[in-house]
Amino acid sequence: MLYTNLKHIESAADHAKILSENENVMVICGRMGPMCIPVYGIAEDLEGEYSHVKFFDMEFDNPESHVIRNLPEVRGFMGIPFTIYYKNGKVVKATSSIQTKDQITTILDKEFGAPVK
Amino acid sequence: MTSDNNHYDAIVIGAGPAGLTAGIYLSRARVKTLILNEGVVGGQMVLTHEIANYPGVESISGYQLANIMKKQALSFGCEIKSNIKIGDMDMNGNIKKVVLSDGTQFTSDAIIITTGGRSRTIGVPGEEKLKGHGISYCATCDGDFFTDKEIIVVGGGNSALEEAVSLTKYASKVTIVHQFNHFQAFEHAILEAKNNPKIDFIMESTIAGFNGDERLESVDIKNLKTGEVYNRKIDGTFVFIGYVPNTEFLKGKLDLNQWGEIVVKADMSTSIDGVFAAGDSITKRFRQVTTAVGDGTIAALAASSYINEIKKSK
Repeated sequence: MLYTNLKHIESAADHAKILSENENVMVICGRMGPMCIPVYGIAEDLEGEYSHVKFFDMEFDNPESHVIRNLPEVRGFMGIPFTIYYKNGKVVKATSSIQTKDQITTILDKEFGAPVK
Repeated sequence: MTSDNNHYDAIVIGAGPAGLTAGIYLSRARVKTLILNEGVVGGQMVLTHEIANYPGVESISGYQLANIMKKQALSFGCEIKSNIKIGDMDMNGNIKKVVLSDGTQFTSDAIIITTGGRSRTIGVPGEEKLKGHGISYCATCDGDFFTDKEIIVVGGGNSALEEAVSLTKYASKVTIVHQFNHFQAFEHAILEAKNNPKIDFIMESTIAGFNGDERLESVDIKNLKTGEVYNRKIDGTFVFIGYVPNTEFLKGKLDLNQWGEIVVKADMSTSIDGVFAAGDSITKRFRQVTTAVGDGTIAALAASSYINEIKKSK
């Protein structure tokens, strides 16, 4: 179980629904481990600022996370979390393992646009 | 420019257990307090799956304990800014100044430094690029990606040897690469690793580079006795070479020891008046959540007393 403050994706059906209903989505697929927790924390901090992006997490060991684990974009990934950025339901970027806030905001700004201040 | 709104009685740098405890104590004492944190609130504590030796709490995850401490600090009026970057600090004089990388300035009468530590990386070519693509720092996170593969574990302390043994559940072969001719781990951990048929050892050697395009394909191993560097094909590498205190930004600004830890007195005061330190970044032997909480309490009480004296003298 992921006990973060992010919204959780529990099933492949949830995942499909979220992608169909939202233009900009970031999903962090991981465990409660040292490489994943910092990424959840950064996403929690950015949720308010990037109101045009929907942030979610999904448990890596949930069998339903095959929707992420089987993406062609994560082939070769050997470190969690798998962080996937979707635009209109399509994967525009995927990263493996821990990321810094700068790395994440660079991707968010490039793929979804910087937040209006 | 710093507005009055950006002036605090105390600024705490770091939001691990020491920093959050300082925030709780100071705010509850009505000391206007700001916590600035470069990482995620909770520090190293959030990385602990289960904390079962925190008095009064039978069992809790580090993440949950951090969230409770944060909530407690906020409830007393403490302000917290996390995932920020500190650009510059001026800790001398009665008014301390902290400048963030975006130019925002904060001032305070006292500062408490609780920046903790982080896992040490090797710092060789290819390491950053191949992190998550064959290089890992967490066996429980990424071990299963290396099922039936050959891997290297770098390090010679308890973490390295214990994690090497745990990785044999997945890997077909584990080679421990260590820079010395002996291990720093406890004897039982050494024996367990030595008795494991899947583990072998390359001593007095270090990793000089990681190679691969989309994933790790090989490592360059340097024999530290002969200087010889040779290439070895490998599927993965796990790095467990200890922790470093997050004090680089303090070099030349206050007294650090040879390992970069902040030198403190019994009341957690440092070499600069009005600057205190607590938690894993200070000189001490035992690093636990409970010791960090104790340090944070002492630092907060000492800082509070210092601030009261400053206010009286104005």
